[in-house]
Amino acid sequence: MIQVNQLSKTYNGTTVLNINNLEIPKGQSFGLVGNNGAGKTTFFSLLLDLIQPSTGYIKSNDIQVNTSENWKSFTGSFLDENFLIGYLTPEEYFYFIGDLRNQNKADIDALLAKHEEFFNGEILNNKKYLRDLSKGNQKKAGIIATLIGNPEVVILDEPFANLDPTTVSRLKKIIKELADDPNVTVLVSSHDLQHTVEVCNRIVALNKGEIVKDIQTSEETLQELELFFAV
Amino acid sequence: MIKKFIYLEWKAFVRSASFGKNLTMKIIIGFLMIYFSLIFIAMGVGAFYMLKEMNLEPLATLNKFLIYYFLGDLAVRLLLQSIPVLNIKPLLALPLKKTTIVHFSLGKTILSFFNWIHALFFIPFTVVLILNGYDVVQIIFWHLGVISIIYINNFLNIILSNIDRLFALFLLLIVVLGGAQYYQLFDITEFTTPFFQSFYEIDGFFLIPILVLIAFHYFTFKYFEKNLYLDAGLSVKHDVASTENLSWLNQFGTLGTFLKNDIRLIKRNKRSKTTIVMSVIFLFYGLIFFGNTHQPPAMQIFAGIFVSGGFLFVFGQFVPSWDSSYYQLMMTQNIPYRGYITAKWWLIVIATFISTILASFYLFYGWEVYLTIVVGAIYNIGVNSHLVLLGGAFTKTPIDLSSAGGAFGDKKAFNVNSMLLSLPKIFLPLLLYWLGLRFADKTVALSLVAGAGILGFIFKEKVFSIIEKRYKIEKYSTISAYKQKG
Repeated sequence: MIQVNQLSKTYNGTTVLNINNLEIPKGQSFGLVGNNGAGKTTFFSLLLDLIQPSTGYIKSNDIQVNTSENWKSFTGSFLDENFLIGYLTPEEYFYFIGDLRNQNKADIDALLAKHEEFFNGEILNNKKYLRDLSKGNQKKAGIIATLIGNPEVVILDEPFANLDPTTVSRLKKIIKELADDPNVTVLVSSHDLQHTVEVCNRIVALNKGEIVKDIQTSEETLQELELFFAV
Repeated sequence: MIKKFIYLEWKAFVRSASFGKNLTMKIIIGFLMIYFSLIFIAMGVGAFYMLKEMNLEPLATLNKFLIYYFLGDLAVRLLLQSIPVLNIKPLLALPLKKTTIVHFSLGKTILSFFNWIHALFFIPFTVVLILNGYDVVQIIFWHLGVISIIYINNFLNIILSNIDRLFALFLLLIVVLGGAQYYQLFDITEFTTPFFQSFYEIDGFFLIPILVLIAFHYFTFKYFEKNLYLDAGLSVKHDVASTENLSWLNQFGTLGTFLKNDIRLIKRNKRSKTTIVMSVIFLFYGLIFFGNTHQPPAMQIFAGIFVSGGFLFVFGQFVPSWDSSYYQLMMTQNIPYRGYITAKWWLIVIATFISTILASFYLFYGWEVYLTIVVGAIYNIGVNSHLVLLGGAFTKTPIDLSSAGGAFGDKKAFNVNSMLLSLPKIFLPLLLYWLGLRFADKTVALSLVAGAGILGFIFKEKVFSIIEKRYKIEKYSTISAYKQKG
């Protein structure tokens, strides 16, 4: 589904990301772990054509992302609160995204009803604009918005950060469901090794922009990763 | 302690986004600051001689209009001057006395732009008065009285904690009082002129505003000290959200989706609301030119462009910066650039259209004047709307929607490219009109301008392709610029 070829990103002579070759097959749930500054967000930004690669390219479903815009119709993403429109209520935001993804109001309502438990009554009908919600609640709204229009690629940057424990376990359930769908490729980045191991069937560790580990998740994965990141 | 605070303030000033990273912008802002300062100083110096020439007693005449000056000042402050609340938070948990913090933040407002800008007018005016033989001591008393009232306004704004609605109230007050005076129903200046005049004539009278000022300072100080809690005075006001469906816009498809969003954008954010206020003010811009024989006739088209173009200039100039806080979202959604630009274009066109209809009160000056405005509107829709959108591709200043902003020190989108693009917005129609007047008559002049507008309209699709291409080229640098928040 996603092919990375000779990809690198350099700022003022410092290489922050350098991936020679990476292939993520359709339906995989792909976890990206690493310390701060390892290049996780840079990779996702390149994948979403928000920054330009210094060399190489990324192809999503055989579409090179920095030359064609056709990947947008099957990709859902949430990197940070810059993906939210602060002055809208959550409902208006969902309908707005729905309109852009050719979903009608009923489709959105069905999706929202399905994730009512995840929202925990804190998102919908609260008479608050998105900008006035807490960080965690903003994140909940942003994550669900990525699922609008049944995207084939779902990209979540640090989805577990800022969430309360109950919501984290509910989110893991949602991501696992996506992972079980053979048509959906999920990409998740996180600092939290345990959560990532639980929801992903493949884990790639980045360090200073280079891939240092690439493992299919198994019983021993968590231990292996913890050992790797322990000083 | 104070030294530390001043250090913080200096850093905040030098590193603010508005101060800019590049030298060009600094120079341009510097020039503008000097330019406006000079205008104020020139007004201070010139006011005396102008009034004298009109056979009016300068001081008494100024005193007559001071009441409007102060009311206007208060209205502007309520809209634009922000109260010093937000940067207090990090200080609260540090080992500082509350009184020190309050003293500091109130003291900071004293140095605000909204206060010293008046000094640029009143100090030269006072100096000229002294040079012209007014009593030195008395004039200084008068000056002190006036300055105290300006500072009373400063504290009033803090106490009223810039509530938007009050701005409209004060503006209305000015219009009503001014109207009543004009039609000789009620003249407020009959009561206020002697009051201001007394600063000069009665010794010690100026102490009254000074005492009031001290009382205001004391009251504000106590008020702030008592409310120095996160859930009291420092709390951020949350609006109660109202869901608006605006479902009638659904019939326009993707265009409707964007229009819905833009309408909400304008209605729900302080910064964008001020654009509406500005557009209304622009509507009255023509009053300076029409029926004024001092202005060269070619300037009429200038007014024609501005009357209907308020929204275009104030809002359009900052497309796509209005969407800066969620630009990344826009770039990852399934949005064709053309749809996005077209929606903004329609918004500008609709606003221009409404302004033109509202401007029909210019018919009072005769149909020729209104025709000039309509021609200006045609040019705005046909040419200027394209130019502002094209200029938008170069506008890379993020907009903080929640701040009212707009005065000096706020983020302004200065950019050589967009400055160059703004020249044809005003000077091209001026040139066409002037040529028409010079070599033929008014009808030809107006047709030339309208013709340019219609031509622009005909080539809309072509122009949009160019704009679209520009936006695509600028995409990455725009995203990275918007990430740096002010």
